[in-house]
Amino acid sequence: MVFFINSLWFSLCPLCLCGESIKNMPEKIISKFFDIEDSHTIDVYEKHGGYATIRKVLKKWMPEQVIEEVSNANLRGLGGAGFPAGRKWSFIPKDSPKPKYLVINADESEPGTFKDRYVIDNYTHGLFEGIMIASYAIGANKAFIYIRGEYVRQAERLVEQIEAAYKKGYLGKEIFGSKFDLDLVVHRGAGAYICGEETALLESLEGKKGWPRMKPPFPAIEGVFRSPTIVNNVETLAYVPTIIKNGADSFANLGSERNGGLRLYSISGHVKNPGVYELPMGTPLREIIYEHAGGLQNGNGIKAVVPGGSSSPILTPDEIDVKMDFDSLTALGSMLGSAGIIVMDESTCIVRALYVVTRFYHHESCGQCTPCREGTGWAEKVLKRILDGNGRPEDVDNLVEIADNIIGNTICPLGDAAALPIQSYVKKFRAEFEYHVQEGKCDVS
Amino acid sequence: MKIEFSKTAKAECEKIIGKYPEKRAAMLPVLYLAEKEFGHISLEVEEYVGKLLDVPPVKVHEVMTFYTLIAAKPRGKYHFQVCRGLSCDLKGCVKIIDYLSEKLKLSSDETSDDLMYTFTPVECLAACETAPMMQLNEDYHGNLTKEKIDEILMESK
Repeated sequence: MVFFINSLWFSLCPLCLCGESIKNMPEKIISKFFDIEDSHTIDVYEKHGGYATIRKVLKKWMPEQVIEEVSNANLRGLGGAGFPAGRKWSFIPKDSPKPKYLVINADESEPGTFKDRYVIDNYTHGLFEGIMIASYAIGANKAFIYIRGEYVRQAERLVEQIEAAYKKGYLGKEIFGSKFDLDLVVHRGAGAYICGEETALLESLEGKKGWPRMKPPFPAIEGVFRSPTIVNNVETLAYVPTIIKNGADSFANLGSERNGGLRLYSISGHVKNPGVYELPMGTPLREIIYEHAGGLQNGNGIKAVVPGGSSSPILTPDEIDVKMDFDSLTALGSMLGSAGIIVMDESTCIVRALYVVTRFYHHESCGQCTPCREGTGWAEKVLKRILDGNGRPEDVDNLVEIADNIIGNTICPLGDAAALPIQSYVKKFRAEFEYHVQEGKCDVS
Repeated sequence: MKIEFSKTAKAECEKIIGKYPEKRAAMLPVLYLAEKEFGHISLEVEEYVGKLLDVPPVKVHEVMTFYTLIAAKPRGKYHFQVCRGLSCDLKGCVKIIDYLSEKLKLSSDETSDDLMYTFTPVECLAACETAPMMQLNEDYHGNLTKEKIDEILMESK
């Protein structure tokens, strides 16, 4: 009965009823808005308690307090790198006379990942409120949303809702009647996966081709327009208002150790109900696949699972009890990354899967570093000839050698992103690759 | 023909440039605007955009050859971009790509002579939950089947 009353509570007005304690913390934060009509509008967002937090912050909080709260909440960088968000913000030099910028990474393009699109479509002003709080915390008066060019409708929604926010005095000069100014600009990318890498993104935002920069200097010291810049992912910022509203502890306690809060898991491939599921950090992968995504189609068994976007090392069925948080997946030799889960059933040809992944990284390699530019191309060619039945006996080792020569030898992580799948697919499914080479055909499909 | 923005586009261009602390940063939005104005970005348009942003034409060309979305050649009225990413591949996008290619009588990256259709298999469009999927002009279409492709083609005339 109590449970019934609780769920009734939540279904009536989820956000307004979340109090200070963990007990009353809602089970969903962002995805609750997925089912609310017109949830992307200011009116509906405010009806559910939206923009109360930024008003409070602007009146009563010092920027340092905001940073401390976000640090204590164990909010990690949800674009995929998992760097503690509060710590990143604290790197902004306080004494710099230069303007500071917040850049929102909405260049969602890691294959298997589609959660940010749901945030932009349904939690538009929640994202804006997070942007406002973060900008205030780092002292930025200008923020840019860099959105992938293909998300035309999402860019339109952002522009339309930003205009609405300006009209209300929520953006522009002295927002919400405070002394704080904030301008927000939508900047569309033009079709380049590499621009999801933060320094390539900054180059692109400056009107150049998206070639990653050497680090250091890190963007917090010298980012866009040679000024201190923080780059945060959409989902990361979307959780900020809730953290400030309910307190760091209540958010941290939702997740696992050092991995605070909830996470939007994207799941696709051979599951019954692909989609975005908002669940605690550290939810077992098995639970996500079988309980939330409904298990596999056609009652097939699992052959392999990509846990965190196509660059993450692949997992075998005996590994899916892993907790889906940054530290647990790293300990298992894979990574949580963007939490884009791709499930492959027994009918999948693993050589073809690796070919498709490698073709992607070859296509998207920016061409700046030789090991990545050449290596991804060689690997794609080798995989293609294995698939076509023309594999050579040395090809499986060739693949591993190519990957070994890319890893660690490039400016940005795209090289590693291309090499990690090659290493892990071959290591875990070597017999299948060898069969392909020897027999000139697939033993599965 | 002299390449020049219309009066409205000029005003729009000024507005875009004003959003950035440096002119060059307006490169992609101004190229999108130019694509809308001129249909595609020819070398002459690159030169024009360079002038607007105070950069040499080669810097515009560098951007045009790096990114894939802004048209460097004329494109059809209907641009089919079919996803061939991993999730779409697992869900049978190869059949969809072959079927559409056959229906449109176009191979990869081709545009029909009457400028009605352009067909481009592309990398992941980040809508894997609706695989196999494609983008037709501005909009995403998911859970594609041959029947669905037929319907969409009926409407794209």
